[in-house]
Amino acid sequence: MGNRSQKKSASNVPDEWFVPLPKEEQRETVHHKGDSYWRDVMQRLFANKLATTGLVLIFLLTIMAIIGPMLTEHTYRSQSILNSNTAPNGTYWFGTDELGRDVFTRVWYGARVSLFIGLAAALIEFIIGVAYGGISGYRGGKVDNVMMRIVDVLYGLPYLLVVVLLMVVMGPGLFTIIIALSITGWIGMARLVRGQVLQLKNAEYVLASRVLGGSNSRIIRKHLLPNTSGPIIVSMTLTVPTAIFAEAFLSFLGLGVQAPVASWGTMANDALGVIQTGYWWRLFFPAFFISLTMFAFNVFGDGLRDALDPKMRK
Amino acid sequence: MLKFIGKRFLWMIVTLWVIITVTFVLMRFAPGSPLDVDDVGMSEQARANMMAHYNLDQPVIMQYLNYLKNAVTFDFGPSMVTRSREVSDMLASGFPASLQLGLVTLILAVISGIILGVLAALRHNKMIDYVTMFIAIIGISIPNFIQAMLFIQYISTQFDFFPTAQWGTWRHAILPALALASGPIAIIARMTRSNMLEVLTEDYIKTAKAKGLSNFQIVVKHALRNALLPVVTILGVLVASIFTGSFVVERIFAIPGVGQYFVESITNRDYPMIMATTIIYSTIFIIMMFIVDVVYGIIDPRIQLHKKEE
Repeated sequence: MGNRSQKKSASNVPDEWFVPLPKEEQRETVHHKGDSYWRDVMQRLFANKLATTGLVLIFLLTIMAIIGPMLTEHTYRSQSILNSNTAPNGTYWFGTDELGRDVFTRVWYGARVSLFIGLAAALIEFIIGVAYGGISGYRGGKVDNVMMRIVDVLYGLPYLLVVVLLMVVMGPGLFTIIIALSITGWIGMARLVRGQVLQLKNAEYVLASRVLGGSNSRIIRKHLLPNTSGPIIVSMTLTVPTAIFAEAFLSFLGLGVQAPVASWGTMANDALGVIQTGYWWRLFFPAFFISLTMFAFNVFGDGLRDALDPKMRK
Repeated sequence: MLKFIGKRFLWMIVTLWVIITVTFVLMRFAPGSPLDVDDVGMSEQARANMMAHYNLDQPVIMQYLNYLKNAVTFDFGPSMVTRSREVSDMLASGFPASLQLGLVTLILAVISGIILGVLAALRHNKMIDYVTMFIAIIGISIPNFIQAMLFIQYISTQFDFFPTAQWGTWRHAILPALALASGPIAIIARMTRSNMLEVLTEDYIKTAKAKGLSNFQIVVKHALRNALLPVVTILGVLVASIFTGSFVVERIFAIPGVGQYFVESITNRDYPMIMATTIIYSTIFIIMMFIVDVVYGIIDPRIQLHKKEE
């Protein structure tokens, strides 16, 4: 390695070293506060083709979730028994199910449900997890000890099983899914934030802020949280596919959203009965779009993690 | 070391107690019960007898103590739906199939995950690396129950080699195990790969090379050992995901395992059955986590367990 770089500097110096720096006035004007770090992150993110693909897919899926159900004259619940189990054609782009409901409309309606759940889960994880982990890490001592023991116990529970149990008790429905997911979903975030805060709270700039009379809440808001924002955002992004999976799983078990509301999980469950028949579109479309959504969020989250922390690049 | 194991063991008991208690509280306050059906015209006396049969006529605290005792002895009383059968009998009858499926899945996931991860790291940025990462992303992105259904629709119906809706020979286990394992394979492969890439740049690998060790020796003896350490930590979580996945996959492939009972008991609101399954699966999971923690402490000499706990 050492040898090669020496040779390089001796004979073929890269051309870009000789590109003149921007003019002085330009250098003065472009700088905003704390902007260069995020610009670097964005640059690294968009250099990653897979992550960019993920982002574009998320964007497209969101658009389709909003306008998709309006593109046809069918609603997600309108039935037409005469047209039951029709293969995809000009009227029914993705075919129909056994009640003659349009699969295209239902798939995009399911996208709404899934994306809504994913978003809600990420938001709740953010609110509870950051608050809990932040307080625990910042306070330290006994408070931290007690709070973390509670987290340890909760962490030892099989997550999806607890959610299933909660759903059985609370009854199925969109709202209860979100409650069940938020009861268990914030633990990872709390641990993450606590670890970060523990590391950062002894940093010199925190001490400086304290010396200058910064209050606890100011230190948390202005110093600790912005410096943990990277891992927090990554964790939120990767929560979305987990929540989408959980919703589909619950709906598949019959504990999720209830008929006639469409969800990818319920559509897959409905397709289970006709799996050995030729009605391939019943399973294929919900399966394809749930996988595509999870793929998009997973690769975007991975790309974001690499972009935020190039040293940790996997 | 012993002190750590003791502490960790106590902690495991506390976690178990929490899950058992939470299950009790949730089930106790759950709206409705199978005995609430009024339309069949159950007489007062019959209802009272039923209540007594399920110990529902005692004060809550007595019910709780009774229930704790039963949970410890794995005696969950009769099922509320299949009234003639004890819950523990039903679970016992489903357990062998579930255990077989779970073990096959776990072995498949660990072995193929590690092999893929190592190959990808050794051929970094070559074809096999991309293929592995592609498989990994697919494995994470497609939910296991969707995979199971796709396997039936596109593989099992085309090839007689993979029968469904039966359980017996090893051929029945291939597709369900593959559907269950692909997520864990993806996670293990990614983790092994990134750890291997990191370890391969370490100085001691260079030393090993300088000593003239063969590539095989370097990879297996020096790199892999260190790369696999972090993988051990996620085994507990993976086992949990295989458990929960097996509920639906067993249903899809009609495998007569515990998962099927669990799904049925959810639909029927069969509370003793739900409680029993939750507690058993949580217990296995919590014990797994305990073992993983202890094993990790033993195989990684850098971790000084007793100090970490202070």
